[in-house]
Amino acid sequence: MITTIIVNAIRMGTIFLFGCLGEILTEKAGHLNLGIPGIMCIGATGGGFAVKLYAGNVTEVNGLVLVILSILGTMLFAGLAGLIYSFLTVTMNANQNVTGLTMTTFGVGFMKFFAKRIYDQKLYVSVSGYFKNLFGFEKSSNAFAQIFLSHGVLVYLSILTAILLTLFLKKSRFGLYLRSIGESPATADAAGINVTKYKYVFIILGSAISGLGGLYYVMDRSAGTQFAEAAIDSFGWMAVALVIASLWKPIFAVFGSIVFGGLSIMDAQLKTLSLSDQKLFALLPYLITVIVLIVVSMLKLKDNQPPSYLGQTYFREDR
Amino acid sequence: MNKEIALELRNITKRFGSKVVANKNVSLTLYKGEILSLLGENGSGKTTLMNMISGIYFPDEGEILVDGKPAVIASPKDAYAYKIGMIHQHFKLVETFSASENIVLGNNEPYNLKKINKRVCEIADRYGFVIDPKKKVHDMSVSEKQTVEIIKALYRGSDILILDEPTAVLTPQEIAGLFDVLRKMRDDGKSVIIITHKLNEVLEISDRVSILRKGEYIGTVNTAETNEKELTEMMVGKKVDLKINRVLIEKKKPLLEIRNLEVKSDIGSTAIKDISFYIRGGEILGVAGISGCGQKELCEAIAGLRKPEKGQIMHKGESIIGLPAREIIKKGISMSFIPEDRLGMGLAPSFSMTDNMMLKIYNEGHSPFVRRKKSRENAEALIKKLGIVTPSTETPVRRLSGGNVQKILVGREIESGPNVIVTAYPVRGLDINSSYQIYDILNEQKKKGVGIVFVGEDLDVMLALCDKILVLCHGEVMGVVHASKTTKEELGMMMTGSLDLTNVKEYGIARDSNLSEEEWSAAAAEDNTVRGEE
Repeated sequence: MITTIIVNAIRMGTIFLFGCLGEILTEKAGHLNLGIPGIMCIGATGGGFAVKLYAGNVTEVNGLVLVILSILGTMLFAGLAGLIYSFLTVTMNANQNVTGLTMTTFGVGFMKFFAKRIYDQKLYVSVSGYFKNLFGFEKSSNAFAQIFLSHGVLVYLSILTAILLTLFLKKSRFGLYLRSIGESPATADAAGINVTKYKYVFIILGSAISGLGGLYYVMDRSAGTQFAEAAIDSFGWMAVALVIASLWKPIFAVFGSIVFGGLSIMDAQLKTLSLSDQKLFALLPYLITVIVLIVVSMLKLKDNQPPSYLGQTYFREDR
Repeated sequence: MNKEIALELRNITKRFGSKVVANKNVSLTLYKGEILSLLGENGSGKTTLMNMISGIYFPDEGEILVDGKPAVIASPKDAYAYKIGMIHQHFKLVETFSASENIVLGNNEPYNLKKINKRVCEIADRYGFVIDPKKKVHDMSVSEKQTVEIIKALYRGSDILILDEPTAVLTPQEIAGLFDVLRKMRDDGKSVIIITHKLNEVLEISDRVSILRKGEYIGTVNTAETNEKELTEMMVGKKVDLKINRVLIEKKKPLLEIRNLEVKSDIGSTAIKDISFYIRGGEILGVAGISGCGQKELCEAIAGLRKPEKGQIMHKGESIIGLPAREIIKKGISMSFIPEDRLGMGLAPSFSMTDNMMLKIYNEGHSPFVRRKKSRENAEALIKKLGIVTPSTETPVRRLSGGNVQKILVGREIESGPNVIVTAYPVRGLDINSSYQIYDILNEQKKKGVGIVFVGEDLDVMLALCDKILVLCHGEVMGVVHASKTTKEELGMMMTGSLDLTNVKEYGIARDSNLSEEEWSAAAAEDNTVRGEE
């Protein structure tokens, strides 16, 4: 029972984790992208295209090629959405909140529009196995193997991404550049860093990573059974909340995603509770986010605050 | 003198929009191994000119030569390539980064913090800085932050250093330290341009002085051959009387009496510890102290923005503790605090002058609508009275130069006809002419019998302007001295805590208090019981 819950928490959490990691990268560049829920939908659509085009047209499907192509398709589509967002907010100095919310509305519609054209349930379900067990790990009843070795390839990819992102932010020169842009773009600019260029790069990359959450949900978590009706955008909001709850730290996000994941599958596990009590669990992630916010501001932890220039536009000659 | 030229500006012109000309045909020469002061009033285009050398702005006309060769400086990166480093007035540092992280930012080199820390320390030792490379910027004092900025420029091998008003926020001791460092750099063959308003510093540190007025180049003189008077005249364009008058008027009853006041800071530590003082009508009481010694908390406690832990604040014999800020303003106590970034408190930057005037009087009317007309008239009157330079009353105040913003802030407070004015750093960053205008405004109020608390940083000014000076050191009073009977050295020693006069002389208790001693004790006792109940 416990093992099942943990396994499912990790899997459910992976959706949030991808969205969250992408949003962390974006927010570290000083941009609050509320378009993440929509961008996850757009990413899922991109992945869907790749699945349909490749698996629908070859007789012999190579699992590795399929996974790589769908990841690339997802990142391409989500990245393009990030490009639109960057153009509007970085170059045109548009309001980030408004732009983000528009992207979300757009993304949901985008996925629904293409669903009829690219979604083929039979095909999707038949190839979803490649996503779920690409490495052919043994299905064992052993708890350790269940928790650590039973997942699909994208779950491991999300954790790898979190580790790489941590190293990037903490240890690399470009991570330092990125953080300085989010904290004080004027400082970065005066230090000779091309603020606009890096903002574009990291916002697009962040969006691309977020998009993978959508792909993971369609091809792995729902095993190809959900597409047009999938509530990917509602998972996206959880991802945005997770960014705050994990204090903009990718490693915290890994654990946070498991907690969030666990809480959001809890209603299905607790059939004995009434329907309204089950729904209470859906509320908890947001409650946790609020509590984290309160605790952090009470402790006055200056190093665990959002990037100080988050949400503000930067124009060099402005004063 | 046959020195090599490090940097040359030829006929530089910079316009903002079609109307504002910030720099017009400015030419300037900087030699290797010299310290050049750039002098000019607020809005004379000093910072704009320097920003063009450091790549923040690009000149519209003219050329810049580095080492005799034409240089195109289109971005800060280019400036670093030409070995030009600028220390901006508002520090360009990332608060959550350590000193080393800030220093290495944007420098194309392998990110190895250990090696970087070592190099930072080497540079610091060479020029006599004290720095902890691992300390986070948000834990640093202003002077430490400045050190990080200077090392950042040196780390990149800058040969030309530009410092924009580096002394504005430093204590006398810190300024002396900075000047030592600058001299070492000069002896090392580096060139330094320093922007400052303080003439005594110009004369002390620089080899030559270049003067700008209203964006135009006026001339360059050798520091050894000039004096304060000549410099002021070149800067202002007319003769200026450099004496601050201390208006002497008859003693009046105490207006504001403060006893045993204790105030906590934002982070919960005690910012003001058991202080007592009083201020009479027609008196200017200076409050001296190293920045961050509780001045801000004291001002906020008087204005009702911060609740004291204990003690009494009596205005004409009535306690004002616990009253909302609006009630305190109504009693005629006004506060203007000019923070380091000038705009932080008191004015809404993107509001126009009219709207800012309205913020103070919005509740005077009785209809649900605001009366812009009256505020606009007030604003216009203020512009005329104080000589504020602004395109119109509807221009957002953040577009105005610092001096004009401060005149609006101080002017608006006076407009409401207060009987106590608490003003902190009213001339911070202002040029001579504007500063004197502010002193005149304060003296005029003093003549009217207003009691003024003047929190300041320039001791020379305080000695000339104030009647009495209260010295704070880490939230404690080191004594109250008569400005005419003390010296700068004595004040300096009290500021650093090495001289404490409170044991020598009774202070802070007015003999002709508005309340009898019994009433004071009763107030203190009541205060204790109220707090006991909490």
